[in-house]
Order: sequence, then C-alpha cells, then structure tokens
Amino acid sequence: MSTDQNILVKLNDAGLQLNNKWLVKGVSLQVEKGKIVTLIGPNGSGKSTTAKIALGIYKKIDGSVEKYTNKVGYVPQKISIDWTLPLRVNDFMMLTESLNKETVDEALSLTGVIHLKDKNLGDLSGGEFQRVLLARAISKKPDLLVLDEPVQGVDFTGEMALYELIKKISDELSCGILLISHDLHTVMSATDHVVCLNGHVCCSGSPMDVAKNNEYKALFGEQASQILSRYQHKHDHIHTDEGEIKKN
Amino acid sequence: MFDDFFIRALVAGIGVAFVTGPLGCFVIWRRLSYFGDTLAHSALLGVTLAFTMEFNIAISVFVISSIIALILIQLQKKTNLPGDALLGLLAHSSLAVGLVVIGFLTFIRFDIMGLLFGDILAVSVNDLLIIWIGGALILLVLKLIWKPLFASTVNYELAEAEGLNPDRAKAIFTILMAAIIAISIKMVGLLLITGMLIIPAAMARNLSSSPQSMVIYSIIGGLLSVIIGLFTSLEFNTSSGPSIITAALLLFILSLFKIKQSIKLKN
Repeated sequence: MSTDQNILVKLNDAGLQLNNKWLVKGVSLQVEKGKIVTLIGPNGSGKSTTAKIALGIYKKIDGSVEKYTNKVGYVPQKISIDWTLPLRVNDFMMLTESLNKETVDEALSLTGVIHLKDKNLGDLSGGEFQRVLLARAISKKPDLLVLDEPVQGVDFTGEMALYELIKKISDELSCGILLISHDLHTVMSATDHVVCLNGHVCCSGSPMDVAKNNEYKALFGEQASQILSRYQHKHDHIHTDEGEIKKN
Repeated sequence: MFDDFFIRALVAGIGVAFVTGPLGCFVIWRRLSYFGDTLAHSALLGVTLAFTMEFNIAISVFVISSIIALILIQLQKKTNLPGDALLGLLAHSSLAVGLVVIGFLTFIRFDIMGLLFGDILAVSVNDLLIIWIGGALILLVLKLIWKPLFASTVNYELAEAEGLNPDRAKAIFTILMAAIIAISIKMVGLLLITGMLIIPAAMARNLSSSPQSMVIYSIIGGLLSVIIGLFTSLEFNTSSGPSIITAALLLFILSLFKIKQSIKLKN
C-alpha cells in the first residue's frame, strides 16, 4: 500500500478565524493508519481547535481538510451534557452507532468501567466519565481516533494504563490517532509524530527532532527538553551482544 | 361509528397523543418549549388564511408555522438579539396580526374560543384522516432522524465529528414541530398545544431512567390525559383543550410522588 492510501485525514495550511482573531493558523499535518500524531502546546495555543478542524466541526476554515474516513471516534476536551436527559452509560455508548452488547461490554471492560454500565451518566465522577468517553470512542472500532486530553481527571495508575491501551488500540485496529496531551513523558514514548502548536505550528517532527528545536525549548523550558532527551538517549545508540555500547 | 362526535374526538386525541409523546420529549431535552409556543401562536395566522382562501386548516397552519420557523432561524443569524426575545417577538406579533386579520373578516363566523382552546365538536372525519396519516408520517420521519437528532441533543460536536449531520436533523425536526401543531390545533387549541407537548413528557421524566422509557411514559401520559380530559369535557361541558391539559397536569403532580421516593432511596 502506498503512503497516500494510508492517510486518514490531512490538513493543508488550515486555520480558523473568529471575530477577526486567529485561533490557529497555517496548520499542516496528516494522520496515517496505525500512527499516533500528538499535538502539544501551551493553553490557548489552538490544540483543540486544530482537532476540531480535522474532525470537520468547523465549516468556515482557511486552507483545507481532506478526510478519507467517516469511521471516527472522538473524545472531546470539554463535554457539557444536559443532566435533564435520562441517560445511562449503556445508552451513551450507543449514541452515534448501534452496537451489540458484547462490543459495548468489551470496550467498557478495556477502560475498566464495566461495573458502571447501568449507572446514570450524571452520577459518574469526572475520571469515571472520562473512561466512559474513551470506551465509547473505541467501541465503534474507528479508523480515526481524535483524543483531546483523554485521561484528564483519571487517577495516576489509570492514566498509565489508559495510555498503554491507546497505544495498543492504535496497533491492533491499525487506526490513526490524533492525540492532545500535556503529559510529555507519554507523548515522547508513544508518539510517532509531534506537532508543537502556539497559534501556529512552531515545530513538528519525530519526538527527538522536536526536543532539539529551540522554539520548543523556549516554549516549554529547559526541563521539558530534558524529558525528551532522556527518550532521545534510548535511540541514539545500540547495545551490542558483547555488552558494548555502540553509537548509531 | 365515527358518526358520534365524541368518538371522533377520542380517536383524534389518541392519534395526537401518540405523536406528541415522543416529540414532547425532544422539546424538553432540547429546551424548545418557547419555540413550540411561538409556532403555535403563529398558527392563528394560518387559520385565518385557511378561512379567507377556503383552504384546509391543517395544511395552511403547517405552511405558516414552517415559514415563521424559517424567519426565526434567519433572525437568529442576522440580529444580535437573544433567542428568547426573538421568540417572544414572533409569537406575539404573529398572534396579534392573526387577531387583527380576524377583525377584518366580519363576513365569516369565527369561533375564537374554539381556535384558542380546542373544540371537540369541530373534529370531522376528514380531520381524523389528517391526524392519523399525518401523525404516522411524523413518527416515521422522527424514527429515521432519531439517531442524529438524539446524538446532537446530547452533544452537538460529537454528532458532527462522528458524521451524523446534526444540522439536517435539526431542520427536519423543526418541520415536524410545525406539522404536529397543524394536526393538533383543533383538539387542543393553539394556546395549549405546547402544554400537550411538554406536560406528559415532563411527567415521563420523573418516572424514567432511559430515553426510550421516557418516550413510552410520555405517550402513555398523553393518552391518559386525552381520555380523562375528553370525558370531563363531555361531562362538564368544558373546552376540550383546557380539560386535556388539566388532566395532564394532574398526572404530572402524581408523578412527583414517584421522584420523591427515588430521591429518598438515594440518600
């Protein structure tokens, strides 16, 4: 298969203007099957906006979006659900697609919330709800997953497990993932491509490339850069059979 | 059997209740109570139009209500006024214009009370056909757009992102609202139609824990309201609309006891 056929969504110089103010400008990126693309950047840098542009939620954008799949799972950063709706977790799982019981149970088990299946959505805690959101997004076995801070409010051990799950899903379903995350450790260990945003793309590339970038250092500080270089270290040498360390 | 006016009214009311049940749930979920009211008020214009042109009332009300809905959508886009102000503006001005036009039509005998509050004597066999065929169509379309409409009611961006086209579902739902008002105007009257949409659905909310069960309870509530209301209307010679809505209110009050119990259990 050529690379082009693997592209799920492609942004060409995309941007969004609201009331004469640019929320984000000139973003070009693409998400391919089986690849994880991560957006990082400070608050208000346009990460969520970029994700929504990729999803086609905004109609009047600059540049263009090419979307090659309709099987999309989305975990929004903020979701306001009207609690006057009588809605159980099970109803919510079937919101955009009718699924059979096994599929729903499997997804809820993967994110560790199967016991909440018959609970009212309004009675869940923040972290529980976040797990349900993730379960709903993966249950329909999408080609493209867009995860906007998917583990916010999840406890520490859960956070690690969910990131591992996300990585596993990307491999098993060979779906493409557009991830927004603040956790640089995770970003660097599991991501194929990093896009660093600050109203525009300030730098992008493999995690190591981004780590070396001066703009990135200016934006996140020296400490963040060290996090990256630790991972970078993993890749710049190999261990030979004799136990020697050999530079690439 | 349809010779008896009361049987006709009962059959008409039952048909209306089957449709207002599910639509009413969406009116509550989507916070459209005042939108329904606005469409209903504009129905008076539709009725006067029907009388002057000697046209079918239901069709003419449907057309006028749809036009008012379109005007509302345009005003929302083009002005800076809040939604409720626009709704009030359209509701009262269309009601006023309707009443003024009626004033000019001195050559036609108008039963204003019947229009405003419903008149079971006025239900003809023709109306029954409109209610049951129109009602079946409304329910069929609602079933077809249920998934995108419900998903976008829960969260617009999720529905849009996952390819459900919520804008189209919303536009179709607006047309369905105009249609239910058109077919139920003779039974309930234009001032009380929104009550028929909201009150049984509100009662259902107190009793249900899932969207599907709320729809079913809402239909049952509507059916009971129609049956109890119409018998009362016959017995005490009251207008059919207020009698049906009062019955619905009583059912709602009864349902309050049910939520009280479940809150007690929770604590």
